[in-house]
Amino acid sequence: MSNGFEIRWHGRGGQGAKTAALLLADVAFKTGKYVQGFPEYGPERMGAPITAYNRISDQPIRVHSNIYTPDLVVVVDETLLHSVDVTDGLKEDGAVIINSSKEPEQLRSMLNGYQGKVYTVDARKISVEALGRYFPNSPMLAAAVAVGSIMEHDAFISEMRNSYQHKFAKKPEVIDGNMLALQLTYDALKDVV
Amino acid sequence: MARKDRMSGNEAVAFAIRQINPDVMPAFPITPSTEIPQMVSTYIANGEIDTEFIPVESEHSAMSAAIGSEAAGARTLTATSSAGLAYMWEELLLAASNRMPIALALVNRTLSGPININCDHSDGMGARDTGWIQIYAENNQEVYDNFIQAYPIAEDPEVHLPIMICQDGFITSHAVENIELLEDEEVKEFVGEYEPEEFLLNPGKPIAVGPYSVTNYAMEAKKNQADALKHSQEIVLKVAEEFEKISGRKYGLFEEYRTEDADYIMLIMGSAAGTAKQAVDDLRAQGKKVGVIKLRLFRPFPAEELAEALKNAKAAAIMDRAESYNGNGGPLGSEVTAGLYRKKIMIETVNYIYGLGGRDFTVQEVYDIFGELEDFIENGNAPEQFKYIGLRK
Repeated sequence: MSNGFEIRWHGRGGQGAKTAALLLADVAFKTGKYVQGFPEYGPERMGAPITAYNRISDQPIRVHSNIYTPDLVVVVDETLLHSVDVTDGLKEDGAVIINSSKEPEQLRSMLNGYQGKVYTVDARKISVEALGRYFPNSPMLAAAVAVGSIMEHDAFISEMRNSYQHKFAKKPEVIDGNMLALQLTYDALKDVV
Repeated sequence: MARKDRMSGNEAVAFAIRQINPDVMPAFPITPSTEIPQMVSTYIANGEIDTEFIPVESEHSAMSAAIGSEAAGARTLTATSSAGLAYMWEELLLAASNRMPIALALVNRTLSGPININCDHSDGMGARDTGWIQIYAENNQEVYDNFIQAYPIAEDPEVHLPIMICQDGFITSHAVENIELLEDEEVKEFVGEYEPEEFLLNPGKPIAVGPYSVTNYAMEAKKNQADALKHSQEIVLKVAEEFEKISGRKYGLFEEYRTEDADYIMLIMGSAAGTAKQAVDDLRAQGKKVGVIKLRLFRPFPAEELAEALKNAKAAAIMDRAESYNGNGGPLGSEVTAGLYRKKIMIETVNYIYGLGGRDFTVQEVYDIFGELEDFIENGNAPEQFKYIGLRK
C-alpha cells in the first residue's frame, strides 16, 4: 500500500498547525506532486489538541482516511507530549520533530519507546527573533520540509514567498518576518539534517 | 485547456459557481458548507460575478427564496448541510413538485443527535424521497465536475427538476487536493444561458405556480413528477457524454472499478470509494478477485443497472453511511437488495453501516470486509446481513 509520504501534525487550536498543513500541500503541489492537506475537525477551540495531515505523492492519492502510520510527525506544542501519544504508528525509519528548546535526547523518554529519529526546533526563539511574536507554524513548516526532504531549499523558499504574498495580502508587513523564520529554521537544522 | 490547481472541495464548488455566474443565491450558513456562500459573496463583492446574493434568516427561507426566484425565471442555487437541509424539508418537496431546476450544493454532515459536525450521509438520505436528483462525489474534482453538469441536467426541458450535488463534509469539503479546472469560457458555453419555457415574470404568457390541486388531478401530477425523475437518468448520461468532450473525464450512473471478473464487490458512495479502490488494488496484488462500484447517481436510483453490475459476483458488501432506524438495512442496502430481487439475481449481500458522525473509514476495514465476504462464501461463515463496522471495541 502506497499513499506517498505521510505527515501527521499535532498542535493546539490557534497555533496554526492546520494552516501549516495547508501551506505544505500548497508548496508541494507547486513542485508537481499530488497532495492532500486536511485537518481533523472536532470541537474547535483555542488550546484544544488538534490533528492535521498531509499526503504527498508522485501518484494520484485516493485514500480519504486519517493517517495511522506516518513517515513524519510534527509536534507544534511540546506540552502535548504529556497527553497525546504523538509517535503512535510512526514508522521506525521515520522521524518526529518537536517544537522545544530542549535537546532531542531529553525528550525521548516521553515518546513511548520510539526508537527512530527525533529532532527539536526552538520555534519560539526563532519566531520571536524573526517576527517579534510567537507563531510556531512557519518554523515547524520549514522543519517538516527540511527533515522530510520534501523539496529543495531554494524552491521551497521562493514558493513560500508566493504563498505568503497570497495569504498575507492584507498584512504584507509580516511576510519578511515569516520568510526569515523559515531561513532561521533551516540554519538551526543544518548540522542535523 | 485544462488548468492544474489545488483546492478544497468547498473552494472547487465556489469556483464552479463563479464560472457559471448564476442569477440568484439565497443562503444561510451552516458548517461545513458555510465557506461556499462565503466565497461566492467574495466573488460578488470583487465584481467577478453579478449573482444576486440574498442573506436570508434561515434555511427554510433560503429554499423558499430559491423557489420564488426560480419561478420568476432566474437560475438559482443555494448551499447547506445537515440540519440546514432538514429545515428545508417542506420546501424541498415544493421545489421538486413545482419542477424548479434549483441547484443545491450539499456538504454532507450528520444530523443530530448527538450533535456533531462531521460527515455522514444522513442529511442527503433524509431527503431521498423529496423528488430531487442527487449526485455524490468521491473528491474535489468530482464535485467540481458534477456542479458544472448540474444545470444542464436539471434545466433540460425533459427534466425540469432540482438537483443536489453532494460531497462529504470536511473529508473532501475541507481537504486541499489536486484538481483540473476548465477555462471560464468552456464552462459558460457548456452550461449555457437559462431560458425557461415558462416563468412567472413573463407578461405575455401568464402561469400559476403552486396552485391547489383537487383529488381528480393530484395523483397524475405526482406520477408525472416521478416519471420525469426516472427519465432524468438518461439526461444524466447524455450530459456526462457532453462533459467528457470538454474535460476528458468520464462519468456515468456509477463507476465500476476492477469488477469485470470480481467475486466480491463493495458498493459504496462518496469519499470512502477512494479508500476502497486503494484497498482493492492492494488485495488484487495478492490475487484476490475484488472490485468496487462507486454509486454516483443516487436519485433517481439506477436499481436495474446496479443489479446487472453485481450479478456475476458471489457476494457484495453494500455500504451505507446513514442509519435508517428500521432494523432492516440502510438506504443503499434496502434499495440494492430490492433491485436484485426484482431481477432474480440471488447473490449474497451484507449491508454495512460505516462512518457515522465522521468515524474514519480505513483501508484496513475494507480488507476486513472483503475477508468477511470470502469467509462467508468459501467457508459458509455467514455474518449478520445488516451490521455495523468501525465501532469502538
